[in-house]
Amino acid sequence: MALLEVREVTRRFDNFVAVNNVTFSVNAGEFFTLLGPSGCGKTTLLRMIAGFDQPDSGGIFLDGVDLKDTPPEKRPIHTVFQSYALFPHMTVEQNIAFPLKMAKQNEEEIRAKVKNALDLVDLTDRAKRHPHELSGGQRQRVALARGLVNRPRLLLLDEPLGALDAKLREQMQIELIALQRDTGVTFVFVTHAQAEALALSHRIAVMRAGKIEQLDEPDRLYGQPRNRFVADFIGNVNMHEATVKAAGETLTLELGKLGKIVAPMPKNQTLAEGASGVFVIRPEQVAIRAAQESSNDPNQFVGTVNDFLYIGDVTTYIVDLPDGARIEALLPNSAPGRAKFFELGDPVRVSWKAEAGAFLDS
Amino acid sequence: MRRSPLLWISAAAVFAFLYIPLIVVVVFSFNDSKLNAGWVGFTFKWYSILVNDKAMMDAALNSLFIAFTASFLATLLGTMAGIAMYRYKTRILPFMTLTPLAMPEILLGVSLLLFFISVLGTESLSLLTVIIAHTTFCIGFVAIIVRARLIGMDESIFEAARDLGATPWQTFRLITFPLIMPAIIAGLLMSFTLSIDDFVITFFTAGVGVPTLPLTIYTMIKIAVTPEVNALSTLMMLLTLGMIIIASKVAPGFLEETEHRGEDQ
Repeated sequence: MALLEVREVTRRFDNFVAVNNVTFSVNAGEFFTLLGPSGCGKTTLLRMIAGFDQPDSGGIFLDGVDLKDTPPEKRPIHTVFQSYALFPHMTVEQNIAFPLKMAKQNEEEIRAKVKNALDLVDLTDRAKRHPHELSGGQRQRVALARGLVNRPRLLLLDEPLGALDAKLREQMQIELIALQRDTGVTFVFVTHAQAEALALSHRIAVMRAGKIEQLDEPDRLYGQPRNRFVADFIGNVNMHEATVKAAGETLTLELGKLGKIVAPMPKNQTLAEGASGVFVIRPEQVAIRAAQESSNDPNQFVGTVNDFLYIGDVTTYIVDLPDGARIEALLPNSAPGRAKFFELGDPVRVSWKAEAGAFLDS
Repeated sequence: MRRSPLLWISAAAVFAFLYIPLIVVVVFSFNDSKLNAGWVGFTFKWYSILVNDKAMMDAALNSLFIAFTASFLATLLGTMAGIAMYRYKTRILPFMTLTPLAMPEILLGVSLLLFFISVLGTESLSLLTVIIAHTTFCIGFVAIIVRARLIGMDESIFEAARDLGATPWQTFRLITFPLIMPAIIAGLLMSFTLSIDDFVITFFTAGVGVPTLPLTIYTMIKIAVTPEVNALSTLMMLLTLGMIIIASKVAPGFLEETEHRGEDQ
């Protein structure tokens, strides 16, 4: 049985539906992420799981028990807040001991557990400090230690890495994964940063306007987005209006004035000729070479380099196609000493394989 | 930044204007002359006269009793009002609590007098009515200070406490109360000083049996200003100064905060 079940939960604020009939479940030991742009309802959902808010309809169940009448302090669920919410008048040690004291554990037990928790987040030498004497990353780790010290059934994390700079965020991501693995506590993580979600999660629910658009493992979410929103929200994607010309083992699509391409036939879906939608393909699936070089790929077009973004490890080339559309192609800069293969205005050939990309009709 | 001499001069003038009268009072309280005119010689005479003046000592005891009781009650009620204003973000609550602060004192005094006479009867004016009146006008000050302290705080702290297993009462006792303690003390001290030197409202609500210090001094001045008043004023000044020092020790953040707020507006 799932550890946490959210069943047909709806929450309205005046006329605004923040969470609209959402159902999902989280398994014990899982790192589960609610991902979506701000205002998609992910934080409202988190607050309802923590007990700070109540669903208008539907229910939230922990181990099969409805949490409706359980106040936040009685739920074996702890939250790591975006602002960390450390108690400013208590030392690091006292902050971490707080949930244990509330649970009325004895002094000795509390001391041992606090020591362990400090060890776990590598803050033993900061035990007697107050929160305002710590750096952002250290505060974050105190908040995590405080949330985990009592081994809750569920730890909710509300954009906990949002306030950290890029380098520190990456480091904390690694620490988060290690913490989750070492403690075995189930994590429900809320974020709007898709890269973070992909890196951390076992499963991700992509939300938009109060609904779950797709719930999947990170690689499936990235590789097989169910609709335009998910394809666009997760990673970078090239998107082109397309019409189905022939549907068999493979799909033949008409990309407007560009002409025909072959694309993989979507699984578990029947498509009729004339159906319209979009063809999506990730930049790293698009090969790029000089226009005079030939390619064996069935889909290829010649265009000119409009711009490129040199990131260091890779360069993204933005190529103008004959119909005025643009396509992005990614080229790893693996050749030593060479970072730029093409100049602005260079004619280039972009191509991709028959099994690359996807046709989405919604 | 380079500061012009004009700035120093005007600053000195302002401070001189504020403090010279106070210094004069202190100096003349030690002057061995019945007249507040010229320096004759040093004496503690006026202090010993003051201590032996039964009417004055009774008034001082009255004032202290009123100030202690009223500031305690006002702090209790004002703290609750401040927390309520913070938690339930209605418009009406701050309006209702803070209006008495902006009201002219004479208005409050007259309306309290009418209220006491019409509801409690003409014989009701006593120590109790003065305490009620003082509590009334101090609540708003405490509430505004407590609310200012709460507004500066991260709201999720209180949710975090609940989240980590604290009941609402434990959250108040272990988190909210320690955090607003400086504001509560500041409010208490402020109420105390407001109460101990209040004249207008006390004048209307005290009746005959309850002379307070300001009322007694006023009566004395009508006859003749003796240096005894200077001695009394000096002692009150010391008391107030002590309060300010305590306030700045226990709530240093509060004093700074109000300065910053003032600059922002």
